[in-house]
Amino acid sequence: MKQQVLTFILNGEEVAVLVTPTETLLDVLRERLQITGPKRGCDDGECGACTVLLDGEPVRSCLTLALTVEGRTVTTVEGLMVKGELDRLQKAFYERGAFQCGFCTPGMLMVAKSLLAKNPNPSRDEIRSYMAGNLCRCGSYEEIIEAIQAVAAGEY
Amino acid sequence: MAYVLHPTGNKGGGDPSHAVIQLKPDGTYVLLIGAMDLGQGAPTILRQVAADALGVPIEKILVSNYDNLLPLSVSTSGSRVTLIDPHAVVNAAEDLKRQIREWFAQQHEANPEDVEIEGETVYVRGDRERTVMTMEQVAMGAAWGGGYEPASLIGRGAWQPGKYHAHDPETGEMPNVGAISFGAALAEVEVDTETGTVDVLRFAQVWEVGKAINPLLVRQQINGGYCIGAGFALTESCYPYFPSVEYAPEKMGDYFMPTFEDYPQQMIFGIEEVPHPNGVQGAKGFSEGSASGPPPAIASAIHDAIGVWITEFPITPEVILRALEAKQAGVES
Ligand code: FES
Ligand code: FES
Repeated sequence: MKQQVLTFILNGEEVAVLVTPTETLLDVLRERLQITGPKRGCDDGECGACTVLLDGEPVRSCLTLALTVEGRTVTTVEGLMVKGELDRLQKAFYERGAFQCGFCTPGMLMVAKSLLAKNPNPSRDEIRSYMAGNLCRCGSYEEIIEAIQAVAAGEY
Repeated sequence: MAYVLHPTGNKGGGDPSHAVIQLKPDGTYVLLIGAMDLGQGAPTILRQVAADALGVPIEKILVSNYDNLLPLSVSTSGSRVTLIDPHAVVNAAEDLKRQIREWFAQQHEANPEDVEIEGETVYVRGDRERTVMTMEQVAMGAAWGGGYEPASLIGRGAWQPGKYHAHDPETGEMPNVGAISFGAALAEVEVDTETGTVDVLRFAQVWEVGKAINPLLVRQQINGGYCIGAGFALTESCYPYFPSVEYAPEKMGDYFMPTFEDYPQQMIFGIEEVPHPNGVQGAKGFSEGSASGPPPAIASAIHDAIGVWITEFPITPEVILRALEAKQAGVES
């Protein structure tokens, strides 16, 4: 299939990459750019492990055709760290054990990031409903909720 | 409410683990062990155990457990790793210390029994001033030789709870040579008698684990076990238990595992510690048991709410409505 150049801002830097029209953003990130933070859990829009922020909004990169991000801004979990410092959410997840195997974590972090940007002080119910599209088979939901609440309470 | 007795490790014995600890030339240690990590934190716990056994900070221990070239740990299953693998680690640490003593004694023309290892300091008792070396110097001397004899300081250890005993053919009995962990689970549910949906409002689970080597990991296992158990109780159907083969789940979205929204409003966990004689520091495993508590606890809470005992899993809305219909018709489910 004919390849086209796709240009977008990835974690603060402009990237240009050759892609085919049927490739998803997840394919391009993982296979062409070696950005492996977003995980391929189901490749079907069901688990949320592939979630990235597109212009600040969480999207499932497995359901996003790569060419639709032309000129836009994509943030993956790799872009959360600033100057070698973990993001507050990353610190809270890490210290409070908000994961077991960690496969869902990159997606969880991105959705939590967008939740706190919109609602800096979410209730337990608001966290549950905003995060509901992201699955964790290890069942770390309780620790994830508490980590988000701890960040909201200014503990990190 | 439900109580769980969860045997950890192979009930009849057998089921060993092996470990190797190597002193590296820079005075750090590499622990090689086959205990696979599924996210439950086996390498973390085993690093802690190795650090305690060697009397060094945990940062000095590197653990490798991701390769089939490593010493065998029979499996990550049956909540066996925390009960069994720490023994193999402790035995490997003791073997390594014995070798360090022998090597050290040889270099200083002393008796191995007189060599004292205090964490990262080694010396000959009664002759400390002259003989004292840091572990880093020992490691370097043994590795690079030079003015010393080179030696491979590599400790090995293996352990199993007991030799394998078969079931008694007459009675079916089998001695329990592992350890049993005890759990209690409590559920508060709301049942919608019109739609048949069950909402778990609050859930509490307490486990007696012998010794929580790492309390955060124990907590994760208790709360994570709820999700596995609640899925089994309420939503997850596996072959051949869905209505018929055409409905078999083909992808993740067809298989309903609990989400954030299925998670209770309040989750309470508790850890009890009664050191077990078979465990290193009294620790025994329990994790799989934390998935066994929720289904019976939820079923008994449903009984309390609507007065029928449900005897099949998952307790889907359909199952609830059929049970209520049967109750109305005067038939016990
Ligand atoms: S991989 Fe995209 S939602 Fe599962
Ligand atoms: S931590 Fe394993 S899936 Fe979430």
